[in-house]
Amino acid sequence: MSSAREEILGRVGRILGPGRTPAATAYTAIERPYLRRHHEDGVLDLFAERTADYRATVHRVDPADLPGAVARALTGSRYAVPGGLPAEWLAEVDPARLAHDPGIGELDGLDGVVTGCAVAIAETGTIVLDHGPGQGRRALTLVPDYHLIVVTADQVAPDVPEALERLDPARPLTFISGPSATSDIELNRVEGVHGPRTLEVILTVRSP
Amino acid sequence: MSEHATRDRGRASMPTYLGMPPFPEAAGKAVADTRLRGNLAHATGTIRDRRLSAVAELDDWDALREAGKQIKDHTLEHLDHYLLLLEEKITAAGGTVHWARDAAEANRIVADLVRATGHTEVVKVKSMATQEIGLNEALAEEGITAYETDLAELIVQLGDDRPSHILVPAIHRNRAEIRDIFRSRMPDAPADLSDSPAELAEAARRHLRAKFLSAKVAVSGVNFAVAETGTLVVLESEGNGRMCLTLPETLISVMGIEKVLPTWQDLEVFLQLLPRSSTAERMNPYTSTWTGVTPGDGPRDFHLVLLDNGRTDTLADQVGRQALRCIRCSACLNVCPVYARAGGHAYGSPYPGPIGAILSPQIRGIGSPVDASLPYASSLCGACFEACPVAIDIPEVLVHLRAEAVEEGPKHPLVGTAMAAAGWTLRSPRRLALAQRLASASRRLVGRRGQIRRLPGPLRAWTDSRDAPAPPPESFRAWWKRTNGGRS
Repeated sequence: MSSAREEILGRVGRILGPGRTPAATAYTAIERPYLRRHHEDGVLDLFAERTADYRATVHRVDPADLPGAVARALTGSRYAVPGGLPAEWLAEVDPARLAHDPGIGELDGLDGVVTGCAVAIAETGTIVLDHGPGQGRRALTLVPDYHLIVVTADQVAPDVPEALERLDPARPLTFISGPSATSDIELNRVEGVHGPRTLEVILTVRSP
Repeated sequence: MSEHATRDRGRASMPTYLGMPPFPEAAGKAVADTRLRGNLAHATGTIRDRRLSAVAELDDWDALREAGKQIKDHTLEHLDHYLLLLEEKITAAGGTVHWARDAAEANRIVADLVRATGHTEVVKVKSMATQEIGLNEALAEEGITAYETDLAELIVQLGDDRPSHILVPAIHRNRAEIRDIFRSRMPDAPADLSDSPAELAEAARRHLRAKFLSAKVAVSGVNFAVAETGTLVVLESEGNGRMCLTLPETLISVMGIEKVLPTWQDLEVFLQLLPRSSTAERMNPYTSTWTGVTPGDGPRDFHLVLLDNGRTDTLADQVGRQALRCIRCSACLNVCPVYARAGGHAYGSPYPGPIGAILSPQIRGIGSPVDASLPYASSLCGACFEACPVAIDIPEVLVHLRAEAVEEGPKHPLVGTAMAAAGWTLRSPRRLALAQRLASASRRLVGRRGQIRRLPGPLRAWTDSRDAPAPPPESFRAWWKRTNGGRS
């Protein structure tokens, strides 16, 4: 079965010919005259505004008020939480209402899920999960209909290039920009298909 | 003989939709369908304005576009190097890489992989590559059922229809038609389902949920593949992609060989270019990336099928090669005046619109009347070039392919003869005068709006694909002679 591989690579090699500049050298000649970021100041405000633009609810709280904010957000009866989520975030939530790393069958019956994140992008209103501690495996944040994400101020990158620099591509990553949506009916964005239809974000910023 | 005809063509196949007439004939029918034109005008009009504002928001758009073009050109120039690197990294991360010369080979590989799992159902994320190779039909022949999970693909599949747009395959359907399809073809659709988009989306969510939770095998396409890390990237909106990439035990992804990118950093360009060009969003709701397999999270078995299917032939053409930069955003469809009137089905290919008019004939070769007619499915207005986020000069490739179609496509019966006759006529003032008198006499053929819809006899070949303007009652030369140059 390796013949297809050799044939394709052989054809490509014949077409492009010998004597090409080595790829690594040629790569450095690519011009990148674009900006590393589009905004210098007000990055946290921008993140809150852009995330809300896609109909996510955004709350801005002092880190000391986080447990109260989490408790107020969770109005349903039972929520999934991943291992590694800081215990103090859930200090004001009754532990009986929490399911730790539940299986997929149980997930579908829960009211939602609470996680942290790895990085956020202000310019695009995006939150990135790398499914490390406090974020859970990918299914955890996909099957429930409600997702509450806690974002800390230091996690917010101004723009796409800097966010990618902070991420490890060896990990599975999920970029989330607003709740599940579709543009498939007459090319208009409508919220809510298969992923969580409600996305709530708590951004913690230390008060000056 | 042209260079194109002498070079060794690889094996390529892509469904030419059965019984598909050449573009002018198909477009003629579509243009007469007022509901289709209304649906298309509404949807493309909406997205056109939104795309402009999404693009205008970034004042370095031209710089991003230039970088995107250069990264893609560089990758194509070193395609063998980056494919080998990608294979090495994916293998090291626990995935398996397969190579397919053509559609039949790719379908065979996927069918064998599914059969090896012992399952007979797969869930699918929308993918142009699997449309191109006709995977669903090939799997059906092997007794494997493929369930499309993208909302628009689901509408097309339930309606026993064909996709007509790269991004929104059901763009030719309005909300009322979608409601009717759901009511009649979706077994669990509520009887009182309305045509509100939110309710239609809810019906799709309910319909597919059990399928997702029990699926063991998924098939996806790929938007980008990062060679240096072996990372694959899928952009989507609904979450059906995340479901398919995450919940099943086995994941099989099919990717055209031109989708590879050199580095992780290169994504910083394309994650800005693609969402704004495609759905006019700053970022699409969900983007998933994965590298091989991750123990305890997601599929345990991952396969990537690298597909040639005419891409190396396209690479061999110095002018046509730029079509391989395409990131399938569909901006060129939305801005095209021809697409907005003719719709996607008229192009007779999974790739419609301006990009389809240059991709399909290159992938399939200019052998059939459909493919020979596609390079003419354009007014060369240049809107597609302007909208393209990787600066593919589509008009340039169209003109280049027109030359090839004339050289080696199925011969148009009379255009050559007509041109020779025109040359003969124009070389003699006496013959020209005679011809002009005959033309004026032909005014009885003129239809409404002063256009001639069909010329008589052999001249029909000209009006088969265009209307001819009516000749004036008196030619300039005849008027000049009669009035003594306007003096009498």
